[in-house]
Amino acid sequence: MSVNRVKNLGLPLMNLVKLRGTPILQQLLLEERLLRSSSDNWCIVNDGTNLLTLSWVCLGTVIVDENTLFVSLICNRNDVPDVQPYPRSVMAWSGSLYSEVFNGIADFQLRENDYVFGDRKFGGNAQSITRNRWIHHTSFLWDYSVSNMAYLKLPSRVPQYRLERDHTDFVCKMKDYIERSVFIEKTIKAVGTQFMLKELSLDEIDDSCREHVETTRLLTLDELKETTTRSESIAQAV
Amino acid sequence: MAARFLWASRVASHLRISVAQRGFASVVLKDLKYAESHEWVKIDGNKATFGITDHAQDHLGDVVYVELPDLGRSVSQGESFGAVESVKATSDINSPVSGKVVEVNEVLGETPGLVNTSPYEEGWIIKVELSDAGEVEKLMDSDKYSKFCEEEDAKH
Repeated sequence: MSVNRVKNLGLPLMNLVKLRGTPILQQLLLEERLLRSSSDNWCIVNDGTNLLTLSWVCLGTVIVDENTLFVSLICNRNDVPDVQPYPRSVMAWSGSLYSEVFNGIADFQLRENDYVFGDRKFGGNAQSITRNRWIHHTSFLWDYSVSNMAYLKLPSRVPQYRLERDHTDFVCKMKDYIERSVFIEKTIKAVGTQFMLKELSLDEIDDSCREHVETTRLLTLDELKETTTRSESIAQAV
Repeated sequence: MAARFLWASRVASHLRISVAQRGFASVVLKDLKYAESHEWVKIDGNKATFGITDHAQDHLGDVVYVELPDLGRSVSQGESFGAVESVKATSDINSPVSGKVVEVNEVLGETPGLVNTSPYEEGWIIKVELSDAGEVEKLMDSDKYSKFCEEEDAKH
């Protein structure tokens, strides 16, 4: 049994970190450190970021901006025993978690590998899976500028349900479906049905995590171009 | 499933090893050793060839990129040495035994999908010079690995 499991309650412990406007690169570096160097479970909610970034998410590219909401879940596989450490299994689990969040609010679905309302994508996902842990990261499109989205090209690899729609017909704004604070509250509540949550501030994430070599970094333009041919991967660039 | 067994039989015939016929979709080859993290290893003297198993590639989905280690790098049993990228995910590849990397499958740079279509043959990932041959004893043989996969899949 995981050492994080709270006696007499049966729920594994998860640390909850609520950030606001933390730069996405800083968030990703933190997540990498926690995935690789911590043995705890973590839920990281970043309420907006303070950089305009071009982000490769899912099967293409969407612009994330200061309004984008990020939610990441880092789990020990033993604390989520019904989930196999493979992408489809993790996505199915997260899809059911967010189904609770959006229950009665919108026609939420996990469609292929995207979160959609109806047939419009509003959240991009990515995962990193190690031997005994995994992270599931979601960027939620709260709002976006149509003119910024026009910079994006149609990716070479697209989900079938996209049906050749351009970006503006394919994505939607989460703000049209749910209040921001309600979403955050409901997400934390849904996570709390499976974990005993303990809130920590960024400063309280102690240095007891063992050292690791950071691999998250900004990409060069050549590297960005290379990733267009492997559009399933996630990379961030400013 | 019949087509996959025919494929496995063809591979086995080429490699001159026998195939365990299983009721499940995943193919497991006899005469290889297996790690719980779903990598296979073929020992040839003091050299070993690694890859990921059919079970792993099937669960990962389409592989779009394989991150390979540098030549000369040391790898340790159970530790990550590279990664495969599939839809929405990067997954660590863990070394089934310890050693020094002497060859990497550079073909995977152009054709990463070989990990899916030929996980035990053309989709091999690296070759190492063993540093501790005794570590192989800690790995599973094909029968144990087959059972391991069945039990894992049955739980979910």
